[in-house]
Amino acid sequence: MRLGIDIGSTTIKYVVLDDAGRCIDQDYQRHSCQITEKLIEVLQKVSAKYNQPAMALAVSGSAAMGLQEKCSLPFVQEVYATRIAATKRLEEVDCIIELGGEDAKILFLSGGLEVRMNGTCAGGTGAFIDQMATLLNLSAEEMNEAAKQAEKLYTIASRCGVFAKSDIQPLINQGADKEDLAASIYQAVVNQTIQGLAQGRKIEGRVVYLGGPLTFNSELRAAFDKTLKLTGVCPENSLYYVAIGTALLAEDPVNFADAIEQLQTMDASSFVRSLPPLFADEDEYRRFSERHQRNQVRVHEPKEIIGRCALGIDAGSTTVKMVLINEQEEILYSMYQPNQGNALQLVREALIELMRANPRMEIVSSCVTGYGEDLIRSAFGVDAGIVETMAHFTASRKYMPDVDFIIDIGGQDIKCFKIHNGTIDNIFLNEACSSGCGSFLQTFANALGYEIEDFSRLGLFAKHPVDLGSRCTVFMNSSVKQAQKDGATIDEISAGLSISVVKNALYKVIRTADAKSLGKHIITQGGTFYNDAVLRAFEQELDTEVIRPNIAGLMGAYGCALHALRHCPDASSLLNLDQLEHFHNEIRYVQCGLCNNHCRLTVNQFSDGRKYIGGNRCERPVTKKSTSQDLNIYAVKRELLSQYKPVPGPRGKIGLPLALNMMELLPFWHTFFTELGFEVVTSGFASLEKYQKAQNSIPSDTICFPAKLVHAAIQSLLDQQIPAIFYPCMTYNMREKNADNNYNCPVVAYYPEVIAANMQQVTQCDFIYDYVGIHRQKNFPIKVHKILNQHFRVGLREVIKASKKAYEANDQHLETIRQKGQEIITQAQLDDRQIIVLAGRPYHADPLVSHDIDKLITSYGAAVISEDVINEEVGKKELGVWNQWTYHSRLYAAARYVATQEKMNLVQLVSFGCGVDAITTDEVREILEEHGKIYTQIKIDEITNLGAVKIRLRSLFAALKQEEEHHD
Amino acid sequence: MTDNKVLFTKEMQKDYTILIPMMAPIHFQLLRNVLVHSRYNVELLENTGPSVVEQGLKYVHNDTCYPALLVIGQMIDALKSGKYDVHKTALIITQTGGGCRASNYIYLLRKALKKADLGFVPVISLNLSGLDSQPGFKLSLSMLQKMLCALVYGDLLMDLTNQVRPYEVASGTADQLCQHWIDDLSRQFDHRQGLSIGDMKRNMRDIVMSYAAIERQKRDLVKVGIVGEIYIKYSPLGNNSLEKFLAEQQCEVKLPGMMGFMLYCVYNGVEDVKLYGGGFVKKQLMSFVYSLVLKLEKMTIDAIRTYSDFDVPGSFPEMKAGAEQIIGLGAKMGEGWLLTGEMVELNKSGFKNIICTQPFGCLPNHIVGKGMIRKIREQDPDCNIVAIDYDPSATQVNQENRIKLMLSIARENMKKAETDTASMPVPQAE
Repeated sequence: MRLGIDIGSTTIKYVVLDDAGRCIDQDYQRHSCQITEKLIEVLQKVSAKYNQPAMALAVSGSAAMGLQEKCSLPFVQEVYATRIAATKRLEEVDCIIELGGEDAKILFLSGGLEVRMNGTCAGGTGAFIDQMATLLNLSAEEMNEAAKQAEKLYTIASRCGVFAKSDIQPLINQGADKEDLAASIYQAVVNQTIQGLAQGRKIEGRVVYLGGPLTFNSELRAAFDKTLKLTGVCPENSLYYVAIGTALLAEDPVNFADAIEQLQTMDASSFVRSLPPLFADEDEYRRFSERHQRNQVRVHEPKEIIGRCALGIDAGSTTVKMVLINEQEEILYSMYQPNQGNALQLVREALIELMRANPRMEIVSSCVTGYGEDLIRSAFGVDAGIVETMAHFTASRKYMPDVDFIIDIGGQDIKCFKIHNGTIDNIFLNEACSSGCGSFLQTFANALGYEIEDFSRLGLFAKHPVDLGSRCTVFMNSSVKQAQKDGATIDEISAGLSISVVKNALYKVIRTADAKSLGKHIITQGGTFYNDAVLRAFEQELDTEVIRPNIAGLMGAYGCALHALRHCPDASSLLNLDQLEHFHNEIRYVQCGLCNNHCRLTVNQFSDGRKYIGGNRCERPVTKKSTSQDLNIYAVKRELLSQYKPVPGPRGKIGLPLALNMMELLPFWHTFFTELGFEVVTSGFASLEKYQKAQNSIPSDTICFPAKLVHAAIQSLLDQQIPAIFYPCMTYNMREKNADNNYNCPVVAYYPEVIAANMQQVTQCDFIYDYVGIHRQKNFPIKVHKILNQHFRVGLREVIKASKKAYEANDQHLETIRQKGQEIITQAQLDDRQIIVLAGRPYHADPLVSHDIDKLITSYGAAVISEDVINEEVGKKELGVWNQWTYHSRLYAAARYVATQEKMNLVQLVSFGCGVDAITTDEVREILEEHGKIYTQIKIDEITNLGAVKIRLRSLFAALKQEEEHHD
Repeated sequence: MTDNKVLFTKEMQKDYTILIPMMAPIHFQLLRNVLVHSRYNVELLENTGPSVVEQGLKYVHNDTCYPALLVIGQMIDALKSGKYDVHKTALIITQTGGGCRASNYIYLLRKALKKADLGFVPVISLNLSGLDSQPGFKLSLSMLQKMLCALVYGDLLMDLTNQVRPYEVASGTADQLCQHWIDDLSRQFDHRQGLSIGDMKRNMRDIVMSYAAIERQKRDLVKVGIVGEIYIKYSPLGNNSLEKFLAEQQCEVKLPGMMGFMLYCVYNGVEDVKLYGGGFVKKQLMSFVYSLVLKLEKMTIDAIRTYSDFDVPGSFPEMKAGAEQIIGLGAKMGEGWLLTGEMVELNKSGFKNIICTQPFGCLPNHIVGKGMIRKIREQDPDCNIVAIDYDPSATQVNQENRIKLMLSIARENMKKAETDTASMPVPQAE
């Protein structure tokens, strides 16, 4: 008999095989971090059941690593185990897809063996599905059931749970059906697995599904089947393949009693990196609690509320908060509840209850903030809506007029702002990649079988909190895994998690190292700070004392109520009791056909005939007309590029991908080839459909989104069957006066190599990707002539002539952008509008890359220009960085120009995974802040949710307005 | 932001301690000794541990590449340790001037120092392009020569130690011998010896023969090559002591040497002119240096071939030829085409199992590492490559798990090869 044990991130599984290799016993259970205990249990059980003192056995799985060294249990790598089990037990398998708690694996067995595991940045697995189910307030089984009823799919980013959450939350808030969401989540997992793991290799033939998520969720299998266009098999014992393979690979008999003794005596905690405890003793905790209990806002909750009062609602990502205040600004009523994915009903019920209980109450004004702002405002006729940051700021100032710094950690976001001279001076919001703060702790607590309150309390007196790093939640999951492996206890993990949330906020979001830069009076708020462990960790990390109001979680709602009271309308439009009781809404889904985005709109039809449209990226479906894009340089750029149309020529067609640097260089190459008699065809701007079609050829899943879109652009040219595609490698860009050097970034420079090596289909056409140097105008014609003559017959003389025209076209193009930009600036100044320099790279003109953020900004009434409009306005200057990339040098120059201008502010677009921007963002921020300007950064990726972007922009505009009022 | 660069003046030369971050232990010990003997008070940083990463996270943008975070973290950690008089300490950091982020490390270091209230500490840039000069630090021709020699010897010692260590009968012998040679060579440099062609030939012979004399036993080990971003590839701090881990897993490890990188940097100057034109003088100069260093490499290879039966490391021209089958030689940012070439060359020389190490989000590696694996495997499906990301939060358990998977496949291939050879028909004499 042989025993194989598979200890994964969440469960422990074992199988016993008889001598013929048949499975005679198997079992699995969650181990809740108690790995050694559970392992001993299994060993004892098997030993007793089969009455054997020893058995050939081996262990496998991520949580089992290390047992080999510590107690000499033979270890087998889990993917390898799967392969052994599959080759022994199944016939003619071509490909295995195995999803585990936190791992995803693909094994190609036929035609060149290949095994792939997800990288460190890929969370779309079992844990991801669990997290999403929690978000939908469904159990895993219910989610599978729900998915069966789905009618349509939403696009959900699946790279990690955090991204997906930011996609799903707004959908929930807009009232999308859980059924559709459930199916969309499975589809996201499928896309992630294929993009992240197949990496260009086609999944075909006989496919086998293994592992927990694929065993239990029939709809997930169905989603794989549909996408792969085949019918995969989920064999018997599909949960146990790792364990079976491990058993098959077990060679030497291990004595059970010896192994158990070794496990019991093993020093498990020796390798854990630990941190100082949060509290030395109970006494210190008591002093801490007493200090914080002093920070009270007067809450006066009478038996019955009578007279005029104002209502504030904070419809956050995971909770709903309501506050009612009287004219003395005292709190009369408050409510704080998880939104259960249905904020609308929750608010309605709470309001009805409140109004019924207090017939003599008169709500004279109301205001709402948070993710659900628009929906709730339009559903219930709330008088005003303000952006979250302003709500928090208003509340904090009421509480402490000389507040310097406010930090709010909510369910999904971290918002911090500095206050300077009574106005918001600087805003820090977490990027999409580091969100998961409050809800992360919650999910983790639940996964370990605890309520969040109990879980965090456990950590208060942990002697050695585990150091879990400070990155995004996916990484934290693996850090916890490692800690578990090293034998850390629950309380140590709990404390470690609280500390990591704080470190994440400080070092990732605020990017500060010391408390001094934050100011003297720091207010902490948001539900997460109710958690004493997090609060204490924050004070410890900053080495200072901060203030947590007793209404820390209600500050947003309180701020709204204050705003409502101070901006009281003549008559409140809030629905009355009767209207609320008869209120109901119906949700319809339509696809907007007004532009190429084809947004999926959620239309909430209310009982009184009004309706609310969500999911829209622009105002067109709501107002039925498009905002004028006259003052938007991005629209101008797109228009300019679209003028380069194919001109039929004697030399036939040549294709140019409209991506990365080729976008700015389109005028150059288009002119060049058209002059030579080619018909130049471009790929056009990117679209999601094109992208999805080509995404399986992307070899590195952590590369920036604009680079990924090159695959789509090339695919689209291939589909048009263009005989030749020109996409040259370019180490260097044009020389510009402001830079120390004229490099392209490594990705832009060499992406053609990646295309050549990973998109097999390019061999079907003439793919020209030689190294070209446009920075040396003198040598260019000769060099490019040589390259072209490997493919066509062209004369040097005509190349020289075409080159000259190309350089002229390029100069002309850049000059036109500058001119048009200046016109926009002049017009905006005449209109007294804010001017936003939306600074990024030339390829951010692609609407899919920039998610139409430019249009969003114009919808707020501001004019939009780009960095390349103003980068020539300042001279060269030595900077705090080595200014060696052409595109990036424009950012610094633009920032220096903006610093000197009134009513002009810079918003920097940064792509997730852009290493170069780790350098530029800090420098641009420094340049702006030195001149008292607000720095705003927007991180963009595949996600289409603009919620966080809107908060950022609205906060910026609110702060600018406040600043203006302050000056008047 | 313009910050006024803190100068490292000539006076400081006398009583300032200059700290060097650690990278490749063998090479850097030799380099340190070269600098010490050139009257600079240098010290090689050996502080490791979580506080290094912590300081890095605190003072460097967290999305910056891991090597920058570690190097800067190590320096600030050292400055804060109380071991040095911070007002009598300077730092040294390399700067390549290439198109990758590494050219900005020195600026990031200065920013970090400012943030840590250590803005007064002078920073010296070590580079060959004349960037960012300091009055108190000059690379003289003789120093350059010594440093070049240090790299040449370093490569030889590293390669031989790696070939002997896993097979030595008395454990520790190879490492002791390596240390002996580091000390011996440093002494020679001090007396201006060991630098001429004749001296080098003699030293190389002695080194090779001393390694060959170590008693070894035959063992069936998995042969693993390591390539990657230069810091992560060599530095145990950066790669979680990868070499040690592989040794424990019964592997023989091979790391392509540092001279290849030197040659690659020089050669890129030649290739640039070839691709884009111009710079006749530049081309001539680069070609001259290129052929000089190439000669040193050839000497090393000849010494190993003549005086021992050790495997001969792949030469730079071979790497270049290997790379050219896969990628254009114009890809010259970071480790560029050299990394691809090293993978091809390792595969060819029997190290079919390759770990490609890179900092998480390393830009050039998206192209020349991960981006080329598919094409390499197309040429040889048996080539077993795994790409491993390193960053402050990438956990060792994850990394080791992936490496173990690669090793499982490697062992299986090894067994298959054995049975294949065993069942092969015995060639008949004609």
